[in-house]
Amino acid sequence: MTTDPDRGPARIADRLIEFCGALRAEGLAVGTSEVLDASNALESIGWEDEDGFREAVAATVAKSRGDREVFDLVFDRFFFREAEAEALRRESEVESPDGTGDDRLADLSVEGLAEAVAEAIDSGDAGRMNDLARLSIEVFARDGERSGVVGVDLQRIRRGLGIAPGGDGAGPDPEGRREFERQLRRELERRQIGQLGKLPPARPLRDLNRTLPTRGAADLAQVQRAIFRMKRRLATVGHDPRRGGKGRSIDFRRTARASLETGGVPLDLRYRPRRPRKPEIYVLCDVSSSVSSASTFFLSVVHALHDSFRRLRSFVFIERISEVTDLFQSERDFASVSERITAQGGVADVSGYTDYGRVWREFLEDVSSDLGPRSTVIVLGDARTNGRPPGSDSFRAVADRAKRTLWLNPEPAAYWNYGDSAMAAYAPFCDGVFECWTTDQLEDFVDLLARTGGGTPSVHPAAMAPPRPRY
Amino acid sequence: MTGPEVDSPQTPTEVRDALADASYLADESVALVAFLAQRLGRPVLVEGPAGVGKTELAKALSRATGREMIRLQCYEGLDEAKSLYEWNYRKQLLGIQARAAASDSDEASALDELFAPEYLMERPLLEAISSEEPVVLLIDEIDKTDQEFEAMLLELLSDFQVTIPELGRIEAATHPIVVITSNDSRELTEALKRRCLYLWIDYPDPEREAEIVRLHEPGIDDRLASRLVEVIAMVRDLDLRKPPSISESIDWARTLVLLGADDIDEGTFRESLSTIVKHRADLDLVAEKVAPALGRGEPASSPGG
Repeated sequence: MTTDPDRGPARIADRLIEFCGALRAEGLAVGTSEVLDASNALESIGWEDEDGFREAVAATVAKSRGDREVFDLVFDRFFFREAEAEALRRESEVESPDGTGDDRLADLSVEGLAEAVAEAIDSGDAGRMNDLARLSIEVFARDGERSGVVGVDLQRIRRGLGIAPGGDGAGPDPEGRREFERQLRRELERRQIGQLGKLPPARPLRDLNRTLPTRGAADLAQVQRAIFRMKRRLATVGHDPRRGGKGRSIDFRRTARASLETGGVPLDLRYRPRRPRKPEIYVLCDVSSSVSSASTFFLSVVHALHDSFRRLRSFVFIERISEVTDLFQSERDFASVSERITAQGGVADVSGYTDYGRVWREFLEDVSSDLGPRSTVIVLGDARTNGRPPGSDSFRAVADRAKRTLWLNPEPAAYWNYGDSAMAAYAPFCDGVFECWTTDQLEDFVDLLARTGGGTPSVHPAAMAPPRPRY
Repeated sequence: MTGPEVDSPQTPTEVRDALADASYLADESVALVAFLAQRLGRPVLVEGPAGVGKTELAKALSRATGREMIRLQCYEGLDEAKSLYEWNYRKQLLGIQARAAASDSDEASALDELFAPEYLMERPLLEAISSEEPVVLLIDEIDKTDQEFEAMLLELLSDFQVTIPELGRIEAATHPIVVITSNDSRELTEALKRRCLYLWIDYPDPEREAEIVRLHEPGIDDRLASRLVEVIAMVRDLDLRKPPSISESIDWARTLVLLGADDIDEGTFRESLSTIVKHRADLDLVAEKVAPALGRGEPASSPGG
């Protein structure tokens, strides 16, 4: 096995280390022990077959489902590039686009091709799809439709073959279509590498691959998990578990019972469990059109919170605010909740533009007598005031009364305070300001919530700068 | 670290066949990870939706390897005394009294003897470690426990040893196969994950599921079985709170056989719906979306549509 220096285990080990480096660059925690495990695993299986190789490395390196998704994306990219780089290094022929079958291609119509592709997609035959992907690239190159930019060419071929997404289920099977597109992209990249004679720079996976769920129940499960964690942490916030002893009361009945084991001598004191004080939570959720993509997500967060907390009051607002606590409590199904909120939630909405100033005033009127040192106020919104006064005085009054005020913003921090975003007007009064547009960030928020249980302010730096001209 | 077992399998295919003999149809990745677990002596962390056969995998491994299975069911508040070991107070007390009655021997040595192995009550984890015969250790639903419990497991999982302050270190006589399952209701600690091989089990593809159904309910005929998994796939495709799992497919197959059904039409479907869907909101949705499609009597089209 070690006869060829290019192919020996040492070379594989180097590749493996590089690969793990690529995984780390994407945010996976891959430790040295995992790299060791992976190479041990590879030693005990025959890695001639790609699936076995991939599964063995995945089992030792990717330790959650999310990790596995990233792993697959990186694996494809890394070993594809690796194979291409190897081909370039050996100056072996990368198949040229103007290859052999030109005469055969000449009499192939786009329509015939489209039919064949649709057939292959329906049957789900990967090998055939790959052949057809190559063929379509050549056909479209023959017709002079070639820009040299992978994305543009992909679009063009997709449109030409009539497999663009968007049909209401009438088109081909979406799973197969995606597979075909993957093949197309791969082939196009391969050709580009062949033409340029070098690899394009490696780019990190875009965050888009892991953005917020906006689909409803299935993703709701994911949100629910994050919320479940949040619940556990909120329940213990403000407690110091190590501060035992002092102020704890002995449970006499259980102590007496335990003492029977030691002949009536109460060696083992039993205490009454400490009941954590239930937090009171107020959630304010923006449902205006500027956050429409995020509000489905936020509503599902609120919905999940209702499952976990008894003492939770929820409000939705656009131009004015209205309480939807009862609605959430009476309706178990998320789809009908969001339907009823849009239909009859009583969101007084004349212009459809958020009026934050008014919202704070009304909120203060409604609940100010209930806000107290146990209250946590969570605002879900983008702080876009549509040029109206932000009403930071009222917001400050809210924040002063509540123990903690937290703000989740569905926009990336880079967009804060540009245009009509008034984040800087609110941030100083919040105990925490978080960007929250991926589930990862929601989890980070939960983590932070646990760590800053005492209420230490932790404001996202972007929230403060730059100083924004007041309306 | 102890080396691989002498009788460990040579290829993943071997493991797969052995599991099939133990009536567990493993797909490629399951077989591969089960194989690696035995070769590398690493615990396997299995995650996946409820009811896809995570616990069953451990049972099948125990049948396939002929090892006894020791199971630790996790729950909130599980602690060392219930999972690892506990000193038998009562027996210790009796021991003191018996000794006092028998003779007035040297008191110091008598106290030492109180912490001898004979006063130790073994709980599942210690039992798995100290067993003479190699075993399969199943730690079920670890996500239900607290993080402190995970920390306690670390010594056991990485070195297969347990330290008891009064007795010292107890090392594993034989190397157990450890299977840890989790329903992913909370994130497990990095430290635990680092010591395990990771396996995600998802719903199987229709052909394999039909095979599994036939394996567990031999009374069902092939056409009905493939029809059944087709309908199940349709149901899973909806946005349900609790999609039907494999065990529910099997239950449904049994129900259908008991009902003497030879095809799934709207009537049978509505009748037996509650075997596969267990949530009120889901029931309504499924009854509304899937049942009419069956009523027309036409074969269901691809589940994606």
